[in-house]
Order: sequence, then structure tokens, then C-alpha cells
Amino acid sequence: MVPRTVTGWLGLGFIGVIVFWLGANLVNDPSEFFNVALIGLTNGAVYALVALGYTLVYGILQLINFAHGDVFALSGLVASTVIVGWVGLGADSSTGEVVLGVGLALVIAVVFAATLNTGIEFVAYRRLRNAPRLAPLITAVGVSFILQDVGLVGWGVEFRTTEKLIPGRDAFTIGGVHFPWDKLGVLWLTIPALTALTWLVRSTKQGKAMRATSQDMDAAAMMGINVNRTISFTFALAGGLAGAGGLLYFLHFTSMRYDTGFQLGLIAFTAAVLGGIGNLPGAVLGALMIGLIEQFNEGLELYSPGSDWTRSMIFGILIATLVFRPEGLLGERTPEGG
Amino acid sequence: MANVSDRVRRAWVPIAVITFGLLYPTLLPYLDDIPLIGTLLPGVGTVVIMFVFTMMAVGLNVVVGYAGLLDLGYVAFYAAGAYTAAWLASVQFEQVTFHFGSSGISDKLPGIHMSIFLVLVIAGSFTALVGIIIGLPTLRLRGDYLAIVTLGFGEIVPQFVRNADSIKGFDLTHGSFGISPIDSPGFGAGLGAALGLPESYQQSTNRAELYFYTALALLLFTVFVSVRLRDSRLGRAWVAIREDETAAAAMGVPLMRTKTWAYAIGAFFGGVAGAYYASFKSGAFPSDFYFNLSIFILCMVILGGMGSVWGAIVGGLFLSYLDQEGLAKIGTEVGIQDVPKYNFGIYGLIIVIVMLFRPTGLIPERRHKRELEEGVRDTPFYDVQLEGSDTDRDSQND
Repeated sequence: MVPRTVTGWLGLGFIGVIVFWLGANLVNDPSEFFNVALIGLTNGAVYALVALGYTLVYGILQLINFAHGDVFALSGLVASTVIVGWVGLGADSSTGEVVLGVGLALVIAVVFAATLNTGIEFVAYRRLRNAPRLAPLITAVGVSFILQDVGLVGWGVEFRTTEKLIPGRDAFTIGGVHFPWDKLGVLWLTIPALTALTWLVRSTKQGKAMRATSQDMDAAAMMGINVNRTISFTFALAGGLAGAGGLLYFLHFTSMRYDTGFQLGLIAFTAAVLGGIGNLPGAVLGALMIGLIEQFNEGLELYSPGSDWTRSMIFGILIATLVFRPEGLLGERTPEGG
Repeated sequence: MANVSDRVRRAWVPIAVITFGLLYPTLLPYLDDIPLIGTLLPGVGTVVIMFVFTMMAVGLNVVVGYAGLLDLGYVAFYAAGAYTAAWLASVQFEQVTFHFGSSGISDKLPGIHMSIFLVLVIAGSFTALVGIIIGLPTLRLRGDYLAIVTLGFGEIVPQFVRNADSIKGFDLTHGSFGISPIDSPGFGAGLGAALGLPESYQQSTNRAELYFYTALALLLFTVFVSVRLRDSRLGRAWVAIREDETAAAAMGVPLMRTKTWAYAIGAFFGGVAGAYYASFKSGAFPSDFYFNLSIFILCMVILGGMGSVWGAIVGGLFLSYLDQEGLAKIGTEVGIQDVPKYNFGIYGLIIVIVMLFRPTGLIPERRHKRELEEGVRDTPFYDVQLEGSDTDRDSQND
């Protein structure tokens, strides 16, 4: 794998710098390195749920669903109403109450987000399916702003907050690396969701229909696949993941606002692009990497630019990925990436 | 063959609009007396801001409308222009004292102080350079990928500006405080007095009018360049790329060079607009350069009709009016106080409604209209002659 072009060498040099930076920090303080890495992985797991929604929709419609981040934020706000407003969970709630309350919030958030996302597709994107490619993207940007204002009208400008429902004390410790309950809790919710999704897309009839539709919409229709229903299903699935992501984000980061989804949506989208947009394992890989990079940048001691530059770094990665390797880490080369 | 009367017929609308624009500050006191409409009319100061935004809309129209390159980070160019003005016409770099055509300030004032009119040109050129630098690696990407990369730049630039107050101890942008004050435009004591032009806008009694006419002149210049470019060889190359990149390349249009030109020219106007606005507001602040602004300007282009200069002007004036005064005034008229708070939801709604029901915008560009109405997806290269239509060969034989 010797690069043939100047950009190839630049990309290799870029990776070399990152490897050196991580290596130096690992040698400097191994247990701190792994603690930071665990936080990064947990955040990355939350991002993955949102990133998968981008990649699912892109895979089937070649549309960057800009409004996805805001579906995530709205469902997080709905979850906040359920958890704090209706059930009234707090730090002193018993384990049973927390499990039941969070379970109820999860169901409501997932159903809400799935319905919302399907509705958006039906109202805003379906008519534009044969329009030039930029038309639905621009519409998605518009929908994103509308959803933000819905959040603003419904929940106000203040952050909705919750107390830590899953305790932050250590479940176990290995060689100075802490594994707290709340971090593990996120992973326990994320991993089954991802496994189920993989099974659904790989092994069910509906998943087969999705893959067929994404390859060639017209040919799929000719084979008797109901394309509209498959696309609606994909949007519902993406929305459901965003709903779960919204709830997890709210529990994990404990605060949420109408515009949370915009930032997180961009991060998740970057993750999807980094992994190779349209590629499901790629989105997860990309999200975990973004989570790690973010935490490494903010948490490591040696040569870290610090939290002021986190966003610049993430978008720098986005640009670098698109310029050097537009197909992403696991994706296939497309004419658009040229 | 355009004969004289044809030209007159085509010219009368622009002439009427320009005349109205020129007379607006004079007419405003009388127009204010008209019931209902009078109270909604924007003040002269607001119109300056409207013109600046419209300039950006016309500039973005070159990128998005002509060349079909969706730019979601136009605000980066605006920021670059504003900060160029801030660097070249304020006390920011107090280590040096350099004056060149500065007006209305003491010659002893430290920092770089250049004539704002010169700064406008420099800011435009610098921003165009930034556009080229951003464009060269990214313009190979197509469509939505490009949109996302520009969005990335649009997010990085404000953060850079906010954080670059101590690069190895060197204060480049003064962080989140921004750079203020920035010199005002003027013609200086010598030249200004000789030609009867104002020495310094800031110290003139009719400063609002001065800013107004300068903004109008800049806007007219932008529109003129934009219209002339549209009909040029370069403009046709842009449209060709917008319609079908592969076909354009096959016909010998140099893709990279043509796209980079679109980017550079769009950036130029963004930079000039940013620099002028910074001088008008006498400050450049990082909080002005947020992502929503890129979308706001894009919304102007879309509402007016992508590719249509008149559309960009109407869309720009209308939306920036709503943003500056309109929403608040309409809100008061209707009796709802919070209308401006939801401005971006309203713009989002406008975008969605326009894209769904009238994708060509209010004032459609002819060629673009056809593209959107007939669709471009999966257009087959039919070899079969359709009934009643001529092939190229037939018309050549005629």
C-alpha cells in the first residue's frame, strides 16, 4: 500500500501524525489513556445510533437527511418530558422505577421519532424523488430549521436536564481503568440495538427489500417490491434509532435543548461519512472513532489542541475524509467521490 | 437582433427600480405617510443592511444558481471579508502604524489604517483567494459531498476566528470580543474637499444616506458583473456544468478551472459585502458568522429562483427586510410579540414550500425552470427519433 499521489502521501503523513500523538500519550499515562478511551467509546456509541440513521437513508435515497439530527433532538426532548415530567424519576428513584420509567420513555421516544421521520419523508421528500439531487437536500435543510423551531416552541430555550439516573460508580476496575455503570449502561443499550439492526438488514425479507431498493429503485419495483413502503420503513427505522439515541443522549449527557440535534447531527453525519456513507458497520466504526478522537482531544495531556478546537477537528476530519478518501473507511468508491 | 424599442422595453424595469432606489431616502418621509404600508417600510439604515445581504445573495447565486455548486458555508467568505476590513482599518495591529488614505482619524493612531474603498477591493481579492484555496481540493467532489465540505469550512472558520486570539501569543482576531471599532469610509481631507465628497462618513451629518448610496453602488456593481458573467463564455460553461457535468467535460469545458472561478467570484462578493458591513457596523464579531446565516442567504437565492439575478435581488431584499424589521413590525401589527424569535423556522418553512410547490422560485431562470420541471434523473440517450421532432441531423440538412 504505497501511495501513488501527492494527496495519498499527505493522507499517510496525516495518519502518521495522529498515530504518533496517540502513541506518545499511551506511553505517558496508560491508565488515563484507557479511561479517556472508554468515555470516547461510550459517546461514540450514542453517536452511532444517530449516524446509522444518516447512513440508512443515504443508502436508500442518496439523500443527506439534514433533518435527522433534529428528529433526534425532538425525541430526546419528548423523552425528557416523559422521564422528568410524567414519571418524575430522580437520583433517589429505585432501580425498578428507573428501569420501568426509562423503558416507557424509550418506547414513546422510538415510536414518536419513527412516526415523525416517516411523516417528514412522506410530506417533504417523496415529491422530490425525481427532482435534481440538490432539491431534496435543500428541503431537508428547511425541515431541519422547522423542527428546531418546533422544539423551541414546545420546550423553550432552556436546557432540559435530568439527574443521573444510572449511577456513575464503578462496576469494576481493571488495572487502574474504571468501568462505571452509566458508561456500561449505554453500551448495553447500544449493542443490542446494533445487533438487531444488522440482523434485520442482512437476514430478513424486509432487509432484502431495502438492499434491493438501494441498489436500483426501478429494478426493485419491477421485482414486486413496494418501493414506497420500503422507503417509509427505512425512515421509520432510522427515526427509531434516532429516538433511542435521543433518550440515551439525554440520560448520558443529562441535558438537551432544541438545537442540540444540530451539532450532534453534524457530528453523526461526519461519523457516517468517515465510515463510508451507506455502509452500516462503517457508520458504527466512524462514530466510535469520532467519539474517541473527541475525547482524546479534550482529555489527553500531550499535544492536545483542547476542547476549543474539537469542532474544528471533527470538521477537519470530515473535509480530509472527503478529499482524501471520499468513499470512507469501509465504503465503496462512487462516481460522486471521483 | 435586438432593435432599439426592444432594448428600451427590456431596460425600463431596471431603470425604474434603480431610480426608485436612488430616490428612496428622499421619498421615505413622504412614503411613511401612506397608511398601513408606511409603517412597514424599512428605514434607510436598515436598507443598507438589506443591500449588503442582497449583495451576498447575488454572489451566492453565481455559485449555487449558475454553477450548481451547493455552498452551505458561504458565511466563511463573509467572515473573511469582515476580518480583512478589521485588520486593515482598525487599531488591531497596534505594533505598527501605517496609514494609507485613512480618513476621519488622527495620523498618529497606531494600527493599519487604509482607505475603506481600497480595503473593499483587498478584502474581495483576499476572500476570492480563500475561495480558491478552499475550492481546489474540494471542487472535485460533486453535489451533496461538496455541500457538506463547504458546511465544514463554514463551521471551522467561525471557530478559528473565536480561538485565534492567541496564536503563539499573537492576537489575530481578538477572540470572541471581535475587533472594534473599524474606520468608516471617506474620501479624506484633500481629495474629498477637492471633489466635494464627504471627508468621512462617520462625521457627516447625513451619514445614513452616504452609507445607503455606497451600498447601492456596490450592489449595482455586483448585479452588473453578475449579469455580464451570466452571458459570457464562462457563464455558459457554468450552466453547462450545472446541467450535466460529464457532458460538459466531454464538450471540452475545463471542470476544475470553471468551478474554481465560480467559487472565487462568489467569494469575492461575499468578501466585499463582509468588509463593507464591518465598516458600516464599525466592528467584526465572531457571533455574526454562524451557520444559520449561510442558510439564510441560501434561502434568499432559492426563494428568488436559483440562477436568476432578479430572483436573488428580490429574495435578498425581501428576506433581509423580514429579518431586520419586517417580522418584528408584522408581529406588532398582528399582535404577536415573539415572531422574530422563530425567524429560522419561518425561513425553513419558506424553503420547504418553495422547493415543494415552486422549485424554480419566484422569478425563475428560463433554463433552470426547464431542468426542474422536466427532471434530469435517468434521462435516457434515446437513439430513436421521437415523432414530430427533428434530430440535429435533420435540421442541418434543411
